[in-house]
Amino acid sequence: MLNNIRNNDTVLMSLIVVMVLAAPLLLAPLGAGYPDLMQRFAIFGIFAVGFNILFGLTGYLSFGHAAFLGVGSYSAVWMFKLLSMNIIPAIILAVIISGLFALIIGYVSLRRSGIYFSILTLAFAQMSFNLAYSVLTPITAGETGLQLALDDPRILDAPYEAGQLPTPGLFGLYMNDTWTVNFIGMELQFNVGYYVCGLLLIALFYVALRIFRSPFGMMLRAIKTNQTRLNYTGVNTRPYTLAAFVISGMYAGLAGGLMASMDPLAGAERMQWTASGEVVLMVILGGAGTLLGPVLGAGVIKYFENIFSRMNDQVVESWFLWMPEGLTEFMVAIVHPFVGKGWHLSLGLIFMAVVIFLPGGLIEGANRIIGWIGRRFGSKKTDKSGEAPAPAE
Amino acid sequence: MSDQTTRRGVLKGGAALGATALATPTFFSGAHAGGHSGFTNAPGPESVTLGFNVPQSGPYADEGADELRAYELAVEHLNGGGDGGMLPTFSSQALDGTGILGRKVEYVTGDTQTKSDAARASARAMIEKDGAIMITGGSSSGVAVAVQALCQDAGVIFMAGLTHSNDTTGKDKRANGFRHFFNSYMSGAALAPVLEANYGKDRNAYHLTADYNWGYTTEEAVRTSTEAMGWNTVNTVLTPLAETDFSAYIAPVLNSDADVLVLNHYGGNMVNSLTNAVQFGLRDRIVNGKNFEIVVPLYSRLMAKGAGANVKGIFGSTNWHWSLQDEGSKAFVRSFGTKYGFPPSQAAHTCYVQTLLYADAVQRAGSFNPCAVVEALEGFEFDGLGNGPTLYRAEDHQCFKDVLVVKGKENPTSEFDLLEIVEITPVSQVTYAPDHPQFAGGALGTCNPGA
Amino acid sequence: MEAVLLQFMNGLDKGSAYALIALGLTLIFGTLGVVNFAHGALFMIGAFCAIVLNRIFSFSFETIDPTRTDFLGNPMKVSTPYVEKWFGTFGTSLIEYSVLWSIIFAIPVMIAVGIAMERGLIKYFYKRPHADQILVTFGLAIVLQEIIKQIFGANPIPNPAPSSFVGSVDVGVWLGMAEFTVVYPMWRLVYFVFALIVVGGVFAFLRYTTFGMVVRAGMADRETVGLLGIDIDKRFTAMFGLAAVITGVAGVMYTPILSPNYHMGMDFLVLCFVVVVVGGMGSLAGAVAAGFLLGIMQSFAAMSEVKDFLLGFSIDQVIIYLVAVVILLTRPRGLMGRKGMMEE
Repeated sequence: MLNNIRNNDTVLMSLIVVMVLAAPLLLAPLGAGYPDLMQRFAIFGIFAVGFNILFGLTGYLSFGHAAFLGVGSYSAVWMFKLLSMNIIPAIILAVIISGLFALIIGYVSLRRSGIYFSILTLAFAQMSFNLAYSVLTPITAGETGLQLALDDPRILDAPYEAGQLPTPGLFGLYMNDTWTVNFIGMELQFNVGYYVCGLLLIALFYVALRIFRSPFGMMLRAIKTNQTRLNYTGVNTRPYTLAAFVISGMYAGLAGGLMASMDPLAGAERMQWTASGEVVLMVILGGAGTLLGPVLGAGVIKYFENIFSRMNDQVVESWFLWMPEGLTEFMVAIVHPFVGKGWHLSLGLIFMAVVIFLPGGLIEGANRIIGWIGRRFGSKKTDKSGEAPAPAE
Repeated sequence: MSDQTTRRGVLKGGAALGATALATPTFFSGAHAGGHSGFTNAPGPESVTLGFNVPQSGPYADEGADELRAYELAVEHLNGGGDGGMLPTFSSQALDGTGILGRKVEYVTGDTQTKSDAARASARAMIEKDGAIMITGGSSSGVAVAVQALCQDAGVIFMAGLTHSNDTTGKDKRANGFRHFFNSYMSGAALAPVLEANYGKDRNAYHLTADYNWGYTTEEAVRTSTEAMGWNTVNTVLTPLAETDFSAYIAPVLNSDADVLVLNHYGGNMVNSLTNAVQFGLRDRIVNGKNFEIVVPLYSRLMAKGAGANVKGIFGSTNWHWSLQDEGSKAFVRSFGTKYGFPPSQAAHTCYVQTLLYADAVQRAGSFNPCAVVEALEGFEFDGLGNGPTLYRAEDHQCFKDVLVVKGKENPTSEFDLLEIVEITPVSQVTYAPDHPQFAGGALGTCNPGA
Repeated sequence: MEAVLLQFMNGLDKGSAYALIALGLTLIFGTLGVVNFAHGALFMIGAFCAIVLNRIFSFSFETIDPTRTDFLGNPMKVSTPYVEKWFGTFGTSLIEYSVLWSIIFAIPVMIAVGIAMERGLIKYFYKRPHADQILVTFGLAIVLQEIIKQIFGANPIPNPAPSSFVGSVDVGVWLGMAEFTVVYPMWRLVYFVFALIVVGGVFAFLRYTTFGMVVRAGMADRETVGLLGIDIDKRFTAMFGLAAVITGVAGVMYTPILSPNYHMGMDFLVLCFVVVVVGGMGSLAGAVAAGFLLGIMQSFAAMSEVKDFLLGFSIDQVIIYLVAVVILLTRPRGLMGRKGMMEE
């Protein structure tokens, strides 16, 4: 049994490694193989994996995790402004500050459980957002977002070309450096920033996996199953939940720091409740409590936001041009409400469809497909390869 | 798409750790012929792609939709379709309806969601994926500033859409960014004399201000210019952005000795605060022997519709209005109205004009290179685009032109006929020095051609 | 003093809106235990019922007036509502009073929407984890608001109060104060009274009818009630309909105060969750009390005097959440929450 799980973990890890490394090739046919979106996939993947450590394992539903992402972003941009354009100090500070922030909010909020906990985290995050948007404008630049300026000190860096803002980098590699390769008619874009995010995603996915399989992870699952019983047996659960909360807060902060490193601007909106809600949706959509699910969920939501929203009537028309004229117009009229400015509608329908037909999230869909293939070809091995057994929700 | 590594970073960071060799690209793709022309997204010989980044969801979605209509119209006219719109009335006759520099104009669209993050993501997709050479659009200053900075870093031109905060061409100005729309300072400078003529010199003003960047600059501009003519500012109160019910902010006005209420609100905030103010009977009040008055510094006709009859008789300013009678405006309204069946908004107008101005600058410069475009636009004087003689000032990339002071119409004849023009404030009255305190800080930097 | 009184009334008014929405939400969320993220959408649909009825009444035919021209220089089309043509001044007054008629219109619509939601979707989610409920109701909320957006656009649509309710009332005089000291808009007073009636009606309904008794029993112990042979499911469906009606009419009456737009539901969603939880899970009275409390706190926080006292800190930006945090930390289950409800 134990051996089997190890085996599955190896499969899981290799799957994520292949997915991340080959993303430019895999995503190019979907129209998503450009640096910005690939970076977002990886960053929100990290955010969702971290959130899942709290929600998937302990069942504590935080509705304020975007605050940690925002705090991470602000810390990183301030590092760029004051210290250096190297992303390492920025990301380290982002993780530390968001960890401290999570410690304070977690310590207070975890005094309550269930919905009361959710609303406490929501309240803290909304306060942070409202203050960042208005009162704290000197620190956060409010509505316009905190960005670099020509007269920032950047004490560690050599002077830059006059009149130009520097780019975040990592020892001579710049986050916006991109190599383009032509591959059977597709342009594959290999971007430095994306691989920084991707490698971090692999590393942090591995950390999450270790947490899931550790005694600590077991304890967190026990809290989800029956906290009262644990308390009766004399276990103080609070340190465990608090640790999970802080770890997931640091994941969020790291995601925020990475976001600022890929694109050095921190806007207050990334702390709003809708952003907190988004990560909740990502995890549930993918499959809460599973390892790969949150990454999938993050990918689907970001794909809709960035690709579906860009399909205007012109684009839709070009899909159906091969049809007779009347039919083209008809098809455009049918598709029109679901893409372009109607992309929210498609997203809403996907949410409903997934939860109705795939109760365990997208990962359940993947499992079913793999299971079907397994049965179809009579091989028992493939039956288990997709996802490590996870507790049913 | 950027066909090779972004060189700028390498050049700039030459001093850093001597890792240049590492970042040198080892292979090129030969996909685009223009790949080696020394700037980001150099267009091929056939077509050129522009990025229209407008709000398609969220509170400004209708404004964004109107901007998009204007962009589609502009593309049509640039490519020689339709009736040509303002092309014939435009003082520069460089554009001839064959696209830009002989290349057919194509476009991609995106949703800013009126959030700086989403707007930047959308703009980056246009630059990285679609090879857009210019980004334009937006319906708020936060988004404009964020996308402008992005375009500066990426090395493409940004032609701002609707953005009214001083900061866009003030402390957050960028060499690659240009704004045709007017700003808070101009609103204040244009409104003050009209307010003086109508309401007198001796007034007590109470400001309600949206608690974010645009609100701050608008309040400062209106306060400064009204105080200069003798008004007294009784109180200034900040209101949260998400507020939908302003009763708690309006009620204290009743108990102050203010006789003018200035609502530094835009969009939904403006609709709600104005509706609330009228509900509280402010306009029926007599304070200090004078009629109580309300002022809305920045009007949006589209949004004013949401306030219904409440806008009647209320002064404000706009960048442009469809009832203007100059040749350019008439041509644009005819062209837009024939295609869509209703008159264009000021957002649509500024977006249309920005597209034409960009195309014209490229045509005159003879190159898509952003630095050449910047040079062609800086100090450019033109006319015939609906606002009278206009100057794109080189120092801050702000357009200087006449500003409209408008008033909510008492007897509208149609659902579009909400505002009437009270005065066209001449450009000389709204011009300020580039180093004016309200625009202090920040620097343009130098133009960035990217790759 | 007048200022304090005015803000208190503002608070009651804001509070009535919060209380009504929260009352609807707490019936679904606090008692049926469904995390309903589509609740804001119900409020929005209610508000749009008012817009729809106004549109129906103003449905017009067009005549061409050759003496005037439109913005393109073509002869102007003048539209006259059919009801005016058919009924004359009565038709005009129909349009004028459409907000009030909308209540009658909204009740069957909201019942239908509520029952359709419960029977068609929510029913299958009572036993599913909260996470699934969040996802499905959030998806539903997005779908509903996008449909409204595609029909009505994104801009706010004005829906003025009937002219006899426009203007303000000198409340100060009633209280024996000098004239013009406390003047309050008439429609807001109407809204407050309306909210009191609805809240009172719902409480009476649940308290004094057999139906209410069964529902309350069902909330407390669903299984036992089921064992007694009572079809609790049907009653829960009815309750969902009731919740939809309360929220919907709250939306109808709110249109003259807030011009409705498609995302107003999302704007109110978080707030009503906060109100319900601060009130305490499973407590109707708690939700109403929390609604009024938060409304009043919010109004007072807006006063310049309060901000000056706090050295200029804009407390109004955070007041709702601050109050929520303080209450939830001092009272473990909100104001009047029941033990064991949504605490796991």
